[in-house]
Order: sequence, then C-alpha cells, then structure tokens
Amino acid sequence: MTDLSQLLHSQFLWYALAAGLLVAVVSGPLGCFAVWRRMAYFGDTLAHSALMGITLGFVLHIQPTLAVGASSCILALLLVYLQRRQKLSIDTLLGILAHSMLALGIVMVSLLKIKTDLMSLLLGDLLAVSTQDLVLMLVASTTIGALLFILWQKLLSFTLHEELAAVEGVAVEKIRLALMLMLALLIAIAMKVVGILLITALLIIPAASARKLARTPEQMATFASLLGCLAVVLGLLASVLWDTPAGPSIVLAAAGLFLLCQLRP
Amino acid sequence: MHPFILNRKPLEKTLNQTKPLVSAQHLGLEIAGRQVLHDISFALQPEEIVTVIGPNGAGKTTLLRLLLGLIRPTSGRVERHTGLRLGYVPQRLQIDATMPISTERFLQLGSTAVDTHSVLARVGASKLASMQLAELSGGEMQRVLLARAISRKPQLLVLDEPTQGVDISGQSEVYQLIAALRDELACSVLLVSHDLHLVMAATDRVLCINQHLCCQGHPSQVSRDPAYLALFGDKVVPYSHQHNHEHNLRGEPLAKKQIAGDSLQNHTNDPSKKSVNK
Repeated sequence: MTDLSQLLHSQFLWYALAAGLLVAVVSGPLGCFAVWRRMAYFGDTLAHSALMGITLGFVLHIQPTLAVGASSCILALLLVYLQRRQKLSIDTLLGILAHSMLALGIVMVSLLKIKTDLMSLLLGDLLAVSTQDLVLMLVASTTIGALLFILWQKLLSFTLHEELAAVEGVAVEKIRLALMLMLALLIAIAMKVVGILLITALLIIPAASARKLARTPEQMATFASLLGCLAVVLGLLASVLWDTPAGPSIVLAAAGLFLLCQLRP
Repeated sequence: MHPFILNRKPLEKTLNQTKPLVSAQHLGLEIAGRQVLHDISFALQPEEIVTVIGPNGAGKTTLLRLLLGLIRPTSGRVERHTGLRLGYVPQRLQIDATMPISTERFLQLGSTAVDTHSVLARVGASKLASMQLAELSGGEMQRVLLARAISRKPQLLVLDEPTQGVDISGQSEVYQLIAALRDELACSVLLVSHDLHLVMAATDRVLCINQHLCCQGHPSQVSRDPAYLALFGDKVVPYSHQHNHEHNLRGEPLAKKQIAGDSLQNHTNDPSKKSVNK
C-alpha cells in the first residue's frame, strides 16, 4: 500500500480529482435540463464538434480549452438559428452535423499533422490536467453555476412550457440561448475529463439516475451533482488502482450508479 | 371578398367607449406560401367573453398565438393594451415525466406570491396541491393550468380549448367557472372552442373563423348565421338523434347512400366535424 500513499501525495491525482469534481458539480443540473428537454443529441453534436475547435485552436495558436469553448459557443448559436428555421427534423439535422463534424475534426488533425494524442481527445486525459486547465475549469464552472442560480426559475418555466413562459413575461429566446451557451462551456471543460465521445454520458447518466430519487427539480439537480461527483471519485480510484483509462472508468461508474438507482422501487 | 362576412363594422361602438384590451386589424398569416389566416379584424373589450369557434384546422389556435404575441403576423397588426396582464391556459401541457415537480411548485413558477391553496380551491382542485404534475389526468391538468392563469390576477384570460380531456358532464361546469371568474377578476376572456353549443350560455360574443372571419355576434345570432351553418351544419345545436337508416342483423348499417365510413348518418352537411353531441 506504499504505492497508494505515494500516489496520494502526488499533485496530478488531486488536480484530476478537483477537475473531475468541478465538472461533475455543474453537469448535474445542466444534465437535468438536457434530460428534461431531450437535448442529449444536441450535447453530442456540440461535443463531437469540439475536435474541430481544437484543430482551429492549433492553427490560430489558441489554448485548446478556450478554442473549444469559443467554437462550441458559435456552433450553439448556429444551432439555435437552424432550429428556428428548420426544414429537416432537428434529430436528423443534429445527427448529420454531429458525425460529419467529428469526421471532419479527425481528418483535419491528420491533414494538418497536428501532434496530438487523438485517443486522449476522444476519451479524456484527466490525469494530465494542468494548473492552467484547472483555472479555466474553475472560471467556466463558476460562470455556469452562477447563471444556473440566477436563471433557475425561468429555466424551469421555459422547460415546462415555452409559450406559457413567454406569455408570462419570460424572455424565452434569451433563456434558450443561455442554456445553449452553458452547455457549450461545459463541453469545453468536460472534454479534458471524459473526452469528446463520452461527454453526453457524463451529462445524461447522473441526471437520469437522480430522477428516481427526487420529488422536486432542485432535488434532482442536487442528486445528479452528487452522483456525478461520486462517479468521478470511483472512476478515478479504479483508474489509479487498476490503471484503467480515467474517462471511461468514470462513465462506467456513473452507469453502475444508474443501475443501482433503478433498483429503488 | 368573402360572401360570408357579416358584421364587418366592429361591434364595440355599441358596447363600450373604452379602449379595447386587444385588437386585430386585417390580421393575416402566411406560412410557407400557405395562407393560414387572412384579414381578421376584431377588438376585445374589457370584461367581455369572446369565444373563437371554427372547424379543425381553421386557425383558431394560430389566431390566439398571434393575439398573444407568440408569433408575428405577415400582414395587418395586433395591438395590445400597454401593461396588459395576461393569464394563459394552453391547449395542453405535456409534462415530461422526467421532471419531478409538484402542482404547488408549478403554480409558484407562474407567480411567486401566489396563495396556492386558495387558487386551487377556486378551481376545485384543492386535493392536487401536493401531487406530482406528471400524475395528473387531462381534466385535472386543465384545472391546474387555469389555477396558474388566475393566480396572476390577469386582466385578460386566454384559454385554448379549456375542456380538452374533460368529460362531457364536466365541460359545462368548466365554462360556468370561467364565466364566474370573469366576474370575480373583472377580466376579459378570450377562448377557443370547437363547440358553440357548450359555450353559448357563457359567452358574450362568438367569432366564427375558418381561415377568415366568417361571422361574429351573439351566440344565438351566430348559430342561425348562414356562414356558421355552412361550416357546422344546422344539426349541431342541439343534436337530436334521428335514425335514418337500418342495420342488418350483424349490426352493419344498410346504406341507402354510399357515404364513407362513420359519417353515414345525419350530419351529411358537416364537412369537417365528425363528433356529435350526446
């Protein structure tokens, strides 16, 4: 067990834990909205496009997290616009965008000969979180948390019935935009934790697990945060003990917790 | 342009001199080249109950959405009284079972200072306060939506088919409740219904629309209007059953005239409405 005590004194583990928890705390409530509003596919589209953001960042010499944040925000705006004047169903549109953006990202990485570990982008690289990453994550998750806190009632009203909310004076389009931008920000910081392919899992699974335990929207959001944090701790532990990849281990832990929650009558 | 338009002069001159709460001037809406509504003009006066009726697809809900400012007209315009407080009862609220929320909490989302108990009691839904919204039946949900609308003390109450999911015996009760609420809140009411018969007693004015304004006026007047009769037929109010065909031993109707499906019976001049009142 000296190995473990040595590990516990290593900075990278605490950085990894802090990064994972920061993301899990805000992805709980945001994931609830993704579940309530059936936005899983939407999250996927934003996440899969993150690779494009990275290649753009590489070309323009921008820090990857910032580049992904910016490109996701632009894509979110574009999607809001497309959603309003859609001819195709939104599912189809998102399906086309999600996968073609991912393919484009991978092709760009190889064409531009970007020296990067594709696996770590796709599946996360939690154990390599830097101080700079951590600061960005702190800023982004604080922003998301503050926005959620301020807009909470309006977000709920908007989610239950958009037109009713609009008649009652909620600025529906602004709320929609805020939700999209929060999601884009989350994706930028969650990429480091679980990777592009698994972000939606971190968003949806804890929220879906929390549904069984909650009687109010706030309870569901809180439980989702807690379950997400627990999944991060368990996944990280597994990763350290058995040398499994951290991102997928966290998602597996979340899925395990989901199954446990389903046992509750 | 349309032969059926009667009462093109606004009625408000004879009713009231005060400013209308909502008015529409030559309202038109075109979606993807299709004219959904055109040239609709009317004004809603304070404390007036106006019912919009029309066959399915006539644009009733669309008209409400235009008047509420949820969509913009492609021609004409809507004027709403400045600072008008609205209460809105949408056609249905499809609450996703993934969101856990109680009726009480749902009401508080509409207005924070609401006394949920008295509002729910007023619509006869006291027992629903602590229930989860997703567990409510269609009729219960309608009452809760009405409670949320009146909790805002609206000056204008807008209801889109308020009796959806309410059984026949409860429907006239709902309209009586709406009329009573108009008196208590001293508000105007604008509602959509597909059934003139039910709303007759509780409405001051009826707008009969089918893409355009076919006719308007007092319900008894409208029910005799040729434009109304052309849309709904004259057998709708009130329906008395006259058996005009025979059945064979297996229960199949013996058709005199070959008319498609279930509209085999009396309401042959009823092009769009199949449902018949008991």
